[in-house]
Amino acid sequence: MQGKIVKISGPLIVAEGMADSKIYDVVRVGREKLIGEIIELRGDRASVQVYEETAGLGPGDEVYSTDAPLSVELAPGIIGGIYDGIQRPLVRLCELSGERIGRGLNAAAVDHDKKWNFIPDAKVGDQVVAGDILGHVNENDVVEHRIMVPFGVSGELVGIESGLFTVEEPIAKIRTATGEREVCMLQKWPVRRGRPYKEKISPDQPMVTGQRVIDTLFPVARGGCAAVPGPFGSGKTVVQHQLAKWADADIIVYVGCGERGNEMTDVLNEFPELVDPKTGRPLMERTVLIANTSDMPVAAREASIYTGITIAEYFRDMGYNVAIMADSSSRWAEALREMSGRLEEMPGEEGYPAYLSSRLAEYYERAGIVKILGSEERTGSVTAISAVSPPGGDLSEPVSQATLRIVKVFWGLSASLAYKRHFPAIDWLQSYSLYADRLQPWFDENAGEEFMQNRAFAMRVLQEEASLSEIVRLVGVDALSPADRVTMETAKIIREDYLHQNAFHETDTFTSLKKQNAMLEMIHAFYTSANEAVSKGASVNATLYTPVREKIGRAKYLPENEAEEGIRAIIAEIKAETAAAAEEAE
Amino acid sequence: MQKEYKTIKEVVGPLLLVEGVEGVTYDELVEIQQSDGTVRSGKVLEIDGDKALVQLFESARGLQISTSKARFLGHSVELGVSRDMLGRVFDGMGRPKDGGAAIIPEKKMPIEGAPINPAARDYPNEFIQTGISAIDGLNTLVRGQKLPVFSMSGLPHAQFAAQIARQAKVLRSDAKFAVVFAAMGITYEEADYFVQDFRRTGAIERAVLFMNLADDPAVERISTPRMALTCAEYLAFELGMHVLVILTDITNYCEALREVSAARKEVPGRRGYPGYLYTDLAHIYERAGRIKGKEGSITQIPILTMPEDDKPHPIPDLTGYITEGQIILSRELYQKGVLPPVDVLPSLSRLKDKGVGKGKTREDHADTMNQLFAAYATGKDAKELAAILGDSALSETDKLYAKFAEAFEKEYVSQGFNTDRSVEETLDLGWKLLGMLPRSELKRIKDAYIEKYYPENAGDKEE
Repeated sequence: MQGKIVKISGPLIVAEGMADSKIYDVVRVGREKLIGEIIELRGDRASVQVYEETAGLGPGDEVYSTDAPLSVELAPGIIGGIYDGIQRPLVRLCELSGERIGRGLNAAAVDHDKKWNFIPDAKVGDQVVAGDILGHVNENDVVEHRIMVPFGVSGELVGIESGLFTVEEPIAKIRTATGEREVCMLQKWPVRRGRPYKEKISPDQPMVTGQRVIDTLFPVARGGCAAVPGPFGSGKTVVQHQLAKWADADIIVYVGCGERGNEMTDVLNEFPELVDPKTGRPLMERTVLIANTSDMPVAAREASIYTGITIAEYFRDMGYNVAIMADSSSRWAEALREMSGRLEEMPGEEGYPAYLSSRLAEYYERAGIVKILGSEERTGSVTAISAVSPPGGDLSEPVSQATLRIVKVFWGLSASLAYKRHFPAIDWLQSYSLYADRLQPWFDENAGEEFMQNRAFAMRVLQEEASLSEIVRLVGVDALSPADRVTMETAKIIREDYLHQNAFHETDTFTSLKKQNAMLEMIHAFYTSANEAVSKGASVNATLYTPVREKIGRAKYLPENEAEEGIRAIIAEIKAETAAAAEEAE
Repeated sequence: MQKEYKTIKEVVGPLLLVEGVEGVTYDELVEIQQSDGTVRSGKVLEIDGDKALVQLFESARGLQISTSKARFLGHSVELGVSRDMLGRVFDGMGRPKDGGAAIIPEKKMPIEGAPINPAARDYPNEFIQTGISAIDGLNTLVRGQKLPVFSMSGLPHAQFAAQIARQAKVLRSDAKFAVVFAAMGITYEEADYFVQDFRRTGAIERAVLFMNLADDPAVERISTPRMALTCAEYLAFELGMHVLVILTDITNYCEALREVSAARKEVPGRRGYPGYLYTDLAHIYERAGRIKGKEGSITQIPILTMPEDDKPHPIPDLTGYITEGQIILSRELYQKGVLPPVDVLPSLSRLKDKGVGKGKTREDHADTMNQLFAAYATGKDAKELAAILGDSALSETDKLYAKFAEAFEKEYVSQGFNTDRSVEETLDLGWKLLGMLPRSELKRIKDAYIEKYYPENAGDKEE
């Protein structure tokens, strides 16, 4: 099938003679065979968004349809990969065209020549259905890449291999209703279609991140969706990086969507060196990176988040817990707006297309914890976390609003906290997590029964501080009652010594739930004993400004294995000092 | 094969419509020749069948449709680059403006530049000393970074930028350094200030200047930063120099972009700026950086004046989302006589953590930087509180903080445009100021550094 270009406007071309093609089919454009996708069909005219620079194209240039939708390659070799928005491996592109990305480059997403050691898990004679695990490849020391029966295939396993194979060589043979079918390790899946599963279930487990403000105050569930909106400089990317590093997930898919090139390089340099505390192996060995930086073609940016979530779903189907970070969904929305403008569609709010919110919802709905396909009962999850970059930090704009309608966790970053260098700058008064109640049983069981009580205590103190500081602003701190002074100081401790967390400090960067609980206990002990002391008439200053305060402040720097003991000692000291203050008063 | 067309049908603002064309390609360079022989250039913005929409790089003034001819050159806009460009002044389209001879190009490079493969980038982590404490100490600049200056009308951003260009150096290195300066729509006086300052200090020898002044055609501004960056890429990645690119003023550039967008009747995004403003700016800013295996680097300092001192305005806003931080100048500090009037709290260098520390600046740098920020923020809050309730409402500690904030502005930030401080001087000054606070307040500094650097006689230690 062949058409001819009639119009070119930036990344959008219009070709005629395309009557036989299907919408969302991939096409090749011009002599250089640039990659594009049909996004509109009118009569025999097709509008095509081109994923590469279109300079040099002219009317009359040929357009071929490949007769297949935009798909990703799913096979061993994908872990540790770094891809552009349409899953071309960037390292390979480097070899092909040097430090700058050339045009019309063709590179397979995974190495088709490499031989992997396939270890069978199913045996001849087994009845298998789509999603069943045939065997696995140990892709590295961390990830066991499970090879599944592809979608739409079921029947009796009549042959299975063992040993070294490339991803295209058959490793199993299945007798289906329509005849025998060979299965290889490579699967292809169209990115704009969610991979099927049996059913969705409600999330009841948190994804532990080691970030105190998140785990304690605003936890995200496995299979949940969270948004991180904030103005520039408020630390969205650092939050995303921290989650990618420390989140309790088996696989991380990180999509750099229209963001800075240097940030992606940072991830590329840092992840192979950072060690996952659970496995002791480099973080890169559980990570897939999609990097479509802001200077790369805008249409590929639009595709990048779909490429990312399809890869995430693939690992979910193996029974893994996957987290996908998209930084930033606003840049994706802008790409959508740019294409919409070129198509001369009727604009909705602020020039964004009217289908913005339905597209966003579609994306987030692909996250979730599900019963995966296969004969056995197994679950897998995709947790989606997206940064949002609202202009001027103003959440009334369309992308933030559409996002907030969908996600259950909202970590609102605040510029004023960032100015004070309070990081992560998650505003505790503004943010919320709708999962907190649902996760309570899990926390009660795994983090200690007092954990949720302490959480409620911390939230209450912070709320009270907000209203008390209004009064302080009007009449000064001396006007407060001793009990209120204690509340104010406790809030200060929670803010500065608990919520504040230094991502670049070797110990502080990750805090286990156990240590979080101990730290909360310590703050709670301070609060109760200080209250007790002032109620006995102790002087506020003598009670609140004690030498142990410095130790409270440094508790977060205690290494994990010394934390509990160290904090117990601090609690004893708090009690002794406040008791001394009370005694003095008597 | 080049064809000439006499079928120019429309001129609307900076746009031309040529009909009946054949074999024209997108983004191609176009020359419009008038009957008197003068030639203007433009590029193909859109092709629809046999109609080509051309954007002029120059003003359309005096263009006669009936007698002009359009010639399509078959390649996109290019700049001839050469080592000899150093020390020269060009106009916004890369033509010599200083009366000197034309450049004999060693190479022709398309000005659009292809995106750098993120896998080929080398992470910026080498400290650049600017000699300005507010930058070196708190918002450290590194090689390959893009760090814009957000200014306002009437603030001395020109002096500030000139100071950076003059003083910037890489420590412990004998690398070749160059400055590429692109002026977009700034006044003659401002441009002249830079030229004179470069001449006075001898910096002109290692500088290339591209000048599009306020009375030059606005559409030419769209090419100016691209010309400058193409030249910088040549110097950096082919000749191995460390290039500092100063772009001023981005606001004028964006307005030119808006003009073209409006002439095309595009659906506007915010405040009439085109929806692709982010992408367009990213194509400029992302050309900063370092490349694996190449010696040189491009560090960008774009300057923009915030319309109505308004940070959420689309231009500073989108810039902030692309660049690696921002240096914000404050009118309030300027009126107080703090020079340079850098508002350190909202200023930020995202790459600072990679450029400081042992072997780069000094081991205590990261910790003291955080502590200074926190202390200054607390001090400013205390001062605000005191302004409402009087000094008596402050606790003893808060009073110390208020005093600290005052001294910090006066001694640390306000150093004038001619003082060049080494990073050690900056760090020592930081400790001298932190000495005003009791040790127990210095929560963000490791104990070992407090032991080593905290001034003995807090408050009155002489340097």
